[in-house]
Amino acid sequence: MAEQDISARLVELLTARGELLASAWVEAVSRTLRGRISLAELDRELHDLYTALVAGIREGGSDWQGEAYAEVRALLSELSRGRARQGFTPTETATSVLACKDILAPTADTPAEDIHAYLQLSKLVDSLALFTLEVYAKTREEIISAQAEQLMELSTPVVKLWDGVVAVPLVGTLDSARTQVVMEKLLQALVDINADQAIIDITGVPAVDTEVAQHLLKTVVAARLMGAECIISGIRPQIAQTIVALGIQFGDIVTKASLADALKHALRNSSTDLSINGGQA
Amino acid sequence: MTERVPVLKIGDVLLVSIQVDLEDQIVLDLQEDLASRIVESGARGVVIDITAVEIVDSFVGRMLATTAAISRMLDAETVVVGMRPAVAITLVELGLSLGGVRTALTLEKGLNLLARPGNDRPAQR
Repeated sequence: MAEQDISARLVELLTARGELLASAWVEAVSRTLRGRISLAELDRELHDLYTALVAGIREGGSDWQGEAYAEVRALLSELSRGRARQGFTPTETATSVLACKDILAPTADTPAEDIHAYLQLSKLVDSLALFTLEVYAKTREEIISAQAEQLMELSTPVVKLWDGVVAVPLVGTLDSARTQVVMEKLLQALVDINADQAIIDITGVPAVDTEVAQHLLKTVVAARLMGAECIISGIRPQIAQTIVALGIQFGDIVTKASLADALKHALRNSSTDLSINGGQA
Repeated sequence: MTERVPVLKIGDVLLVSIQVDLEDQIVLDLQEDLASRIVESGARGVVIDITAVEIVDSFVGRMLATTAAISRMLDAETVVVGMRPAVAITLVELGLSLGGVRTALTLEKGLNLLARPGNDRPAQR
């Protein structure tokens, strides 16, 4: 039997009892989702999809990547994105599409040509389900990278402590990507605020290893190149022990135990008008 | 004839404001001009303003260090002012920390630094 004939038969089967089949689909899917999505919404989603699918088969046969399936793909993307955002599992998302096969499942008295039609539908639905999963995974990745970006933004505030003094309270593990952001933000803040004293507070950094120390040193050197003095503060006792045990040399960089000490030091050193009576450092 | 960077005299301080793209020849000419102007004028300080410099390479980074060293030989303190964040990051990534060069955020702060009496030299490395 030619492919067109199978497609034609499939369309015939799907349209003949269209309303009934679509409802069966909605019914099957709603069972797997266990009421986490409203029936009305699901009903609308799947009916739209069903209509688009039938139209797609009629126009484009089984070529699901073709022009005729544009609407099906758009609807599936939308459905998949929604599911990913609402926290449904990949299985639940894929099942929504795969359940479409069952509505035409052949029985003992199904004629041979209808079985061909079913097989074609099955193949088609499989491809569409894969497509749905792909969109699902992509959406998840987008969400993850957006969150990572937000975290990065949130975790590196540069605060102005005094005229000419800025501080960066670092919270969380430092890696090279974060250090890069910290460095850029700090240096930009030095220019914007016209500050010549910078304090990097590492109270919230859980551990310091050679790599983190390297990153800190780079930041300090960059700040120095711009003409600002950099102080590292908030060094907890255990961290101090680790640093010494690792043999990390902070050289002539000023380090203080607390942010308060660092601020005091910065004000004494500062060349701003406010602290002139503090005298020469 | 390539462009030359002007060396301006303010009191006993020489001001070099770099406004052009730093090509190697310009940098070499500048070093020569600066050395002779320091001797001529007996300047006590040199301020190199690189506010307008957006791109640096290792050659320019080294030039800043050698210029500072040359000036120090001639008893003039060098202050590099107005370095942009991107430039600072580049120099650090290149491993150039410009040891021995003083830096200041703005031209004004750089001049203040030189004007301060009893201004001690940076730590020699």
